[in-house]
Amino acid sequence: MLTRAAVIAASRFGLGARADEAAALNADPPGWLQRQLAPHAPLPADLAGLPPAKSYAREILQSRVDRRRADAETMKLIAQRLRPVYIEEMTLRTAAMVRSDMPYRERLVAFWSNHFTVSARRPVVAAMTGGFEREAIRPHVTGRFFDMLLAATRHPAMLFFLDNLQSIGPESRAGQRTGRGLNENHARELLELHTVGLDAGYSQADVRALAKILTGWSIGRLQRDPDPGAYRFQPLAHEPGTKTLLGRSFREDGEAEGVAALRFLAGHPATARHIAGKLARHFVADQPPAAVIDRLAKLFRDTDGDLGAMARGLIDLPEAWDEPLGKIRTPQDYVIAALRATGSRIDGPVPVQWLNQLGQPPFGAPSPAGWPDRAADWISPEAALHRVEWATALARRSALSEHPTAIADRTLGAAMSGETRQIVTRAESATEGLALLLASPEFQRR
Amino acid sequence: MFSRRRLLQGIGAAAVTAPIRLGFAAVAMEQRLVVVILRGALDGLAAIVPYGDPDYRQARGSLALEPPGSGDGVLKLDGTFGLHPALQPLLAFYQRGEFLPVQAVATPYRDRSHFDGQDVLENGEPFVSSTATGWLNRVLAELPQDGGRRLGLAVGQNLPLMLRGPVETASWAPSRLPEAPPQFIEKVSLMWRQDPLLGPALLTGLKAQAFSDDVLASDRMQGRGNGYGPKAFAPLAQAAGNLLAAPDGPRIAVLEMGGWDTHAGQGKLAGRLAPNLAGLAEGLASLAAALGPAWRQTVVMAISEFGRTVAPNGTNGTDHGTAGCALVLGGAVQGGRVLSDWPGLAARALYQQRDLRPTLDARALFKGILSDHLRVADAALNQRIFPDSKAAPAVAGLLRA
Repeated sequence: MLTRAAVIAASRFGLGARADEAAALNADPPGWLQRQLAPHAPLPADLAGLPPAKSYAREILQSRVDRRRADAETMKLIAQRLRPVYIEEMTLRTAAMVRSDMPYRERLVAFWSNHFTVSARRPVVAAMTGGFEREAIRPHVTGRFFDMLLAATRHPAMLFFLDNLQSIGPESRAGQRTGRGLNENHARELLELHTVGLDAGYSQADVRALAKILTGWSIGRLQRDPDPGAYRFQPLAHEPGTKTLLGRSFREDGEAEGVAALRFLAGHPATARHIAGKLARHFVADQPPAAVIDRLAKLFRDTDGDLGAMARGLIDLPEAWDEPLGKIRTPQDYVIAALRATGSRIDGPVPVQWLNQLGQPPFGAPSPAGWPDRAADWISPEAALHRVEWATALARRSALSEHPTAIADRTLGAAMSGETRQIVTRAESATEGLALLLASPEFQRR
Repeated sequence: MFSRRRLLQGIGAAAVTAPIRLGFAAVAMEQRLVVVILRGALDGLAAIVPYGDPDYRQARGSLALEPPGSGDGVLKLDGTFGLHPALQPLLAFYQRGEFLPVQAVATPYRDRSHFDGQDVLENGEPFVSSTATGWLNRVLAELPQDGGRRLGLAVGQNLPLMLRGPVETASWAPSRLPEAPPQFIEKVSLMWRQDPLLGPALLTGLKAQAFSDDVLASDRMQGRGNGYGPKAFAPLAQAAGNLLAAPDGPRIAVLEMGGWDTHAGQGKLAGRLAPNLAGLAEGLASLAAALGPAWRQTVVMAISEFGRTVAPNGTNGTDHGTAGCALVLGGAVQGGRVLSDWPGLAARALYQQRDLRPTLDARALFKGILSDHLRVADAALNQRIFPDSKAAPAVAGLLRA
C-alpha cells in the first residue's frame, strides 16, 4: 500500500506509480525523486537512433526546389511522409514515458517542451517536434536555462514554427536586394512566453529590436551551405546597427549579438519570476502561494538559472507535498498514468489517437503559449465525460492478471477515499473495477 | 439514448432537475446568439477589403487584392469595401440583407499579445485582468431562468473563457470514444459527487450528451470534426446549428476557429489565409442552413482578439495589429451594408504608424446586439457584463426593427 507521501511523489511529480515502484517509493519519496535528476541522463531507449529534426527540414527545402510546384510538393510531403513520421515519433515518445524509470525527469521534459512550444498544428513542424524535444530540451533539463533557451531558439522546428528563418533585416544586404523584411513573430513570443513575460512591461519597440537582433538566425540552404536544414546564421540577412532591448544596447555583432541578447534575457529578474511562477503552478497548485514563487525566483537568480537546482528546489518545497491532490492530470498525464498503473501493453499509435480524442494531441497545442495548466482548463463537461468513456475503453482492452483493488493499493494507496475503495471493490467484474479505479476522482488528480 | 435519459432522471437528481420555480411561467426564449471566436487575429483588411480607399493599394503592397470586376477581384459590397473571394458563400447573405460586415473595430486592448487580447475579448474587462468569468456567462445570468435548462453551449473540447462562470453551460464535441454503460456512469457519478470540479462537470456533460444524441442522431456525426484545420469548422458549425434549432435546445453558443496568425505566406488568393476564410464561410453557411426557420431569430458574430498590420511584413505575411473586422450575420440582422466609421489607410491615419486605427469599441457592438436582440438591460450591460463601459454606448440599429 503506497503511503500518502509516496502517492504525491509518484503522481504530483511523476507520471503515476508503476507496479514495480511501490517499495522504492514508500522507502523514501523525496529520495526517489532526487535520484532522477543526475546531470547526464541517457536518452530513453525507445527514442535512440531516431533521425535528427534537421533531416526533415532538409526534405521540406527539397520539396520547394521547383518554385512553380513548391506548395503542392510540400503538401504531398506532409501527407505522405511528415505526418506519418509525426505519428511514429509521438507513439515512441508516449511509450518512452510509459516505460520510464525517471518519470519526474519526463515530467520536467514535458514541462519545458510545453514552455518552448512548437506545435504540429503547423503541419511543416509536425515531424520535427520529437527531434526538438530530444535535441533542444532533454540535454538541458537539469542544465542551464540559458543553454535551453539558446538551443530552443535556434532549433529548426522553432525557426519554422515562429517564422524566424524567413525574417530578414530590411537594411541587410538580402533585404536590400529582395525587398523582404522583418517578421516579428518569434521575437514577440520569445519575450512574452519564453523569457521575461508580459509583466516585464516591454514595448513594441523592444519586440522590433529583438526581431532585428535575431535576423539571420535561420537554417542552411540547399547546395549553398554545408548542412542544409540545420541551424545556420545567415550574415547577409542580419540587420546592421545598434539595437536597444529593454534599455540595454546591443552593438552590431552579427550572430553574437543574439547570443548576448538571449543571455541578457535569461538573466533578467522578470525571467526568473516568470519561470518560477510557471513551475510553481505546474508542481504546487493552480494558484501557488506568493511565497513559493518568491523562493523559486530567488533560487533561479542565485543559481544563474540552474534547472537541476530548480527541480531539486521543487522537491524541497513543503507546499509541494500538501494534500489534497489539487491539480488535475492533463489528458497526457492521465493516459500515461493509466498505462503505467495497469501495465497494459498497447502497441502502435493507439495512445496517440486517445490523446487526440481526450483533447491533447501530443505537441499539438493550439498556440505558442502551449497547453494550459489549471484544472478548469481541462474539465469541461464534454472533457469530463470523455475521460469516463475512455476509462471504460482502456479497461476493456487491458488483460488483467490481478484484482483491481491490488492495482488501487499500489497506485493510489492511502490517498484513496474509503468510498472509492468500496466502489472499486464491489464492482461487478474485474474490468469494471479497473475502469472505476481509472475514472475515480483520485486518479484524475495529482 | 433512452437509457442515458432515464439514467439522468435517476442520478444526482437535485443537481439536474429544476430548482424551485419562482412565481412566473418560464419564458420561452426564441432568439439565438452565436459567437465565433477567431483565435490568432484574423487580418480584417483581407476579409473586408477597403479596395476603394485611395491609399489601399500602396499601403497593402504585395497583399493588395484586385478591385471588383476583374477576374481575381474582390466581391463588391459597396463603393469602398469588397469581400475576399474566398468568402464568396457570404455574398448571398449580404444581398439578402442578412450580413453586416463591421470594419475598424477593436476591444479596448491596445498591446499585441494574443493571450491577453483574447482574455479581454472574452472576459469583457476594459483592460487586462485576471477575471476568470466570461461576459457571455454574465449575459446568461441576466436572462429569464427556465428551470434548470442550460441556455449556453460550448462547441468543442474546451470551455472558452467567454462562457465560463457561475451559470452552468452545456458543451458538445464529436467523440469517437464508445459510450460508457449507464450503470458504470452511475457509479462514477457517486465517486465524483464530492469533487467540486468533476461532479458538476459530469452531470452537465451527461445532460448535454443525452440532448445532443437525440438531436444529432449521433452516429451521423461520429468521427467528423475531430481535429483541426480549415475543414474542421463546418461540421462543428452544422452541429451547433442543429442543437440551437431544437425547441428545447440551447440558445447561445460559442464556437472557436484557429489558424489566423498569418505571419508568413499569408498570400492573396492562395496561401495560408484563403483556405481558412473559405472554411469559415462554409461553416457559417452550414450553421445558417442547419438553423432552418430559426435563422430568422439568429445573430451570429465572428470576431478576433485584434487585427493585423496594414503593411505586409518581410515574409509575405502580417504581424499583430490593432483594429480588425467583425462579421455579423443572421436573419435578425439589419445587414446589406458595411458598418464602419472608416479611418482610412493614409500613413498619418494609422494607429502607431502601422495598424488600422480603431473607430468602434467591440463592446459597443456586443452591447448593441445584446440590447436589441436579447433585451438585456442597459444597467446590466454597462456595469456587470462589461464593467466600466459607459464610454462605449451600444450601437443602435443593428437588428431589423
